[in-house]
Amino acid sequence: MEVTEILFWFLSVLAIAAAAGVVLSKSPIYSVLCLIVVFFAISGHYVLMNAQFLAIVNIIVYAGAIMVLFLFVVMLMNLNADAEPPKNVYLKFAGVISGMCLMVVIISALAQSYDIKVPITKGSSIGLIKNLGNTLFTTYVIPFEISSVLFLSAIVGAVVIGKKDEQKANL
Amino acid sequence: MILAIDWMVFIEKLVLIIAVVSGSLVIAMYSTYMERKVAAVLQDRRGPNRAGPFGILQPLADGLKLFFKEEIIPNFSSKFLFILGPCLAMLTAMMVGAVIPWGNKVNLFGRDISLQIADVNIGILYVFGVVSMGVYGIMIGGWASNNKFSLFGAMRAASQIISYELAMGLSLIALLMVTGTLSLKDMVGGQMDHWWNIFKQPLGFLIFLICAFAECNRTPFDLAEAENELVGGYHTEYSSMKLGFYLFAEYINMFLSSAVMVSLFFGGYDIPFVNDMHLAQNIGTNWAAILQGLCLFGKIVFFLFLFMWVRWTIPRFRYDQLMNLGWKILIPLALFNMVITGGLILLKQNHWHF
Repeated sequence: MEVTEILFWFLSVLAIAAAAGVVLSKSPIYSVLCLIVVFFAISGHYVLMNAQFLAIVNIIVYAGAIMVLFLFVVMLMNLNADAEPPKNVYLKFAGVISGMCLMVVIISALAQSYDIKVPITKGSSIGLIKNLGNTLFTTYVIPFEISSVLFLSAIVGAVVIGKKDEQKANL
Repeated sequence: MILAIDWMVFIEKLVLIIAVVSGSLVIAMYSTYMERKVAAVLQDRRGPNRAGPFGILQPLADGLKLFFKEEIIPNFSSKFLFILGPCLAMLTAMMVGAVIPWGNKVNLFGRDISLQIADVNIGILYVFGVVSMGVYGIMIGGWASNNKFSLFGAMRAASQIISYELAMGLSLIALLMVTGTLSLKDMVGGQMDHWWNIFKQPLGFLIFLICAFAECNRTPFDLAEAENELVGGYHTEYSSMKLGFYLFAEYINMFLSSAVMVSLFFGGYDIPFVNDMHLAQNIGTNWAAILQGLCLFGKIVFFLFLFMWVRWTIPRFRYDQLMNLGWKILIPLALFNMVITGGLILLKQNHWHF
């Protein structure tokens, strides 16, 4: 076994175990922390594929910003197990069915997909920032710009939601 | 052979890591001494002068005191998270040292050894990733204390760090456009025997400096531990060495953010007014490396002094002032700086024709 292979298995096991921890842990705080571990493991996979930029952006954006906000909300709301009202039985049933549907879709998609084996060559520079920038601003420039418009609309939406209603504020 | 590792590289890096980690710990220790001395000078006092000559053993005495204090873990707190908090704070504080070039290279036993633990090609982004992790130590510690004031302190720290990270990143984009690289080593290399980046990006540096103060939770941005409002902030419930870890992490953060600032804007290990390449040829690589290291250290000490000078001169902000400064002044300024820099670079590429 090569070092990369050992690392691959270590990171995979870590990612799956932490992902199970997200679902299984009782306290929402531990769920959030487990999710952060998952992001780290995935970033480790990116590094193994020599996509350092993607790895670090994954950490900065997901583990560093989004999860901090999650943790923020969870800590401020002080969510406890008993504070949560018990769910309707029909609702639970619907949840189980939709979850199973999703599982069937994912499994069939995986079964149908042809065997993709991307050879990870040593010193492959496809994920380095220079090549990424070149590809992003030449081949994929239109999707890139469209997604920037999407982000802009998301920002505007956040501002609209976050804006205080002046009449309510006066009350 | 199961693990094909180049053992020489492994040992080399291990020694370097131990040197950097213990070096930053010792420097953090003596920055507490320096802080007290600087405070004393600014306030017309003498400062610590009992332990050893000029009080030079004071940090050791403080450390011993912290070690021998009783460890208290609050009854209703999550014990695991309570201990994890200071550990994370310390860990993330130390991790930045990995990408900072501490010198060019030394030649030992016939091998050229680079004085940088890891020359990753995303160097500065790595620093950002680690900095954005730093908030977890404070948040988890503050929450696990199960104390309202600790939680308030942690929330303040988290929102402050997130807000100032944005301005910090935006101010650096302009610098990255000028240097054209993300690797700290290449950035320092580009400043060797040329103009330092501070002359190309003065506004960017100012914004970065302010954000660095905020990221380190230093005055005037130390609302997370505003003792007149929040008892002791996020570390109210901590005692003994766990408190020591939080306090230490702050000084390590200061030291390493000074090192990052020096590397980005003040030429890193470049010796000013001297042709380093020439010097290395004249007096040998190793001596040049030592001189460069001393030079880097001198610049870092200046920034440490700046941190302390500001702390004992300026009162802390109100919370709304802090948020206004971050979102309404620094971010627009950074965006403006970015646009101007981009325009100038395009003009230069076009040989100054519109």
